[in-house]
Amino acid sequence: MPYFEFLETYGGRFLEGSLITVVQFVLATIVSVVVALSFGLMRMSSNLAVKSFATVYIEIFRGTSLLVQLFWIFFVLPLFGITLDKFTAGFIAVGMNMGAYGAELVRGAILAVPKGQWEAAKAINMTPAQRMRRIILPQAFVIMLPPWGNLVIEIMKGTALVALISVTDLMFEARQINISTFLSVQTFGTALIIYYVFARFLITPFMRFFERSMARKIGRA
Amino acid sequence: MTEDMSQYPLRLEGDNIPMVRFQNVRKSYGALTVLDDLNLDVDAGEMVTIIGPSGSGKTTVLRMLMTLETINGGVIYVDGEPLTHMEKGGVLVPANPAHIRRIRSKIGMCFQHFNLFPHMTALQNCMEGPVQVLGLPRKEAEERSMELLQMVGMADKRDQHPSRLSGGQQQRVAIARALAMRPKVMLFDEVTSALDPEVIGEVTNVIRKLVDAHNLTMLMVTHQMGFAKDISDRVCFFFNGAIEEQAAPSDLFENPQRERTQQFLNAVLESN
Ligand SMILES: Nc1ncnc2c1ncn2[C@@H]1O[C@H](COP(=O)(O)OP(=O)(O)OP(=O)(O)O)[C@@H](O)[C@H]1O
Ligand SMILES: [Mg+2]
Repeated sequence: MPYFEFLETYGGRFLEGSLITVVQFVLATIVSVVVALSFGLMRMSSNLAVKSFATVYIEIFRGTSLLVQLFWIFFVLPLFGITLDKFTAGFIAVGMNMGAYGAELVRGAILAVPKGQWEAAKAINMTPAQRMRRIILPQAFVIMLPPWGNLVIEIMKGTALVALISVTDLMFEARQINISTFLSVQTFGTALIIYYVFARFLITPFMRFFERSMARKIGRA
Repeated sequence: MTEDMSQYPLRLEGDNIPMVRFQNVRKSYGALTVLDDLNLDVDAGEMVTIIGPSGSGKTTVLRMLMTLETINGGVIYVDGEPLTHMEKGGVLVPANPAHIRRIRSKIGMCFQHFNLFPHMTALQNCMEGPVQVLGLPRKEAEERSMELLQMVGMADKRDQHPSRLSGGQQQRVAIARALAMRPKVMLFDEVTSALDPEVIGEVTNVIRKLVDAHNLTMLMVTHQMGFAKDISDRVCFFFNGAIEEQAAPSDLFENPQRERTQQFLNAVLESN
C-alpha cells in the first residue's frame, strides 16, 4: 500500500490518538506541576515528618519504573478500594512520576536563589510564607524553567505508556493499526514523526518563548 | 552553659533608655567564638560607626540585631524591649517568631550587595514591604515610596528593574526600600564597598541627609574612615570579637588610646 493511501485510510485514527495523547500530556503536566511544587516545598520543610514523607515519595517514584507505577495505580490500587478509570489512571501515574523529578527541580531552584534575597525579605519583616511566595518562588520559577523544558518533553514521551492500560492514545492506535495491517514501518514511522513534531516543533518552542518572556518580566533579559 | 536569666531586666526603664542595647551578647559558630560578651548601647538618634579589621565581627553585630543570626548568650534590647527574648512567668525566655517580628519591625537594614528584588521595579521594591507587611493601601504605599525615591534621587527610575541600575543607584533604592518601613533603627553594612569610587558619594550623601534629619538611630559598618569621622557621633573599634576602643570620632581618629587602634588606623592610612 502506498504511504499516501495508508495515511488516507488510517489518518483519522492517528489524529484521534494524537488528540488523546495531547489531552493526557496536558493533564499529566498539570499533575506534575502540582506534585513538584508541593513535594519540592515539603522536602525543604523543617518538620521532619513532612520532610521524610516527601523524601520517601520522591525516592520511590524516581527509583522505580513508570510502567510499574502505572500498573500499580491501575491494577493494584483497586484492591485497596481506590479505583480509577484507565484514562485518569494514565495521566495521574505519569504526572506523579514526573512530578517527583520536578520536585527536585523546584528544590534546586529555590536553593539557587541567592541567600541575600531571603535576608532582604526578612529585613522588611516578611513572614516566611510571604518570603517564599513573593520573593523566592518568582525567582526560582525563572531559574527552573529551562530544566522544566526537558521534563515536559519527558512527560510527553512518558504518556506513550498509557497505551499499555488501553487508553486509546496515539501509541495505542498505532499498535492496533499495526496488528491489522502488518505495515510496521509506515505505522510506527508515522507515530515517531508525530511524537517528534510535538516535542520539537510545539513544546520546545513554546517553552523557549515562555522562558524568554519570564526572563524579561523579571528584568533579566 | 545555661545562663542565669534573672540578671536581665524584662524591659529597660527610666528616662534615658538606649534605643539599642547589647547586654553580654555572645555569638559563636561551632567552636569559633565570634563575639564574646558584647556590651554596647546606642542612644536614640545616635549614629554609631563600627570599624575594625576583617573578621573582627562587625557584620555579625548588625546581623544579630537584624535577627539574621541567632545569639548564643546575652540579650539584645530594642527601644526598651528585649528583641531576642520575651517575658514568660517573670523571666526572659527565647522569643517566639511573633515577638521577634513585632520588635524587628523597628529595624531596617542595607546590605553590601544591595539585595534588591530583581523581579520588581525600583518602586515595587519600595512598596513591597508597606503593602504586604504593613498592609497599607497601594496608593498610600506608592506615595510614601515615591517620597523616599525622591529623597534618594531615584524618582525618575521608579519603573526600572535593578538589572538596569548602576550599583550606586541600586543602593539608593535599597535605602529607600528600608526606610519605607519607617524603622527606628537603620543598619548599614559596608554599603559602599561594592561600589565604584566615583559613585560612592551619591550613597554617602543620602546617609548624610539621614543623619541631618536626626530622627533615626543608625549603626554603620564602614571602611571609609573619612566618612566615619565626618558623620558619626561615636566610633567603635572592634578587634577580635570585642570592642577594643570607642570614642567620639575626633578623639578616636586623632588620639587613639589603644595600641591596636593606632596600628589599625596607621595600616588603613597607609593603604589609602
Ligand atoms: N556563617 C558563618 N559560619 C562560620 N563562621 C562565620 C560565619 N559568618 C561569619 N563567620 C566568622 O565570624 C567572624 C566574624 O565575621 P564578620 O563577618 O562579622 O566579620 P567582619 O568584621 O564583618 O569582617 P569584614 O570586614 O571582612 O566584613 C569571622 O571570623 C568569620 O569567619
Ligand atoms: Mg563584614
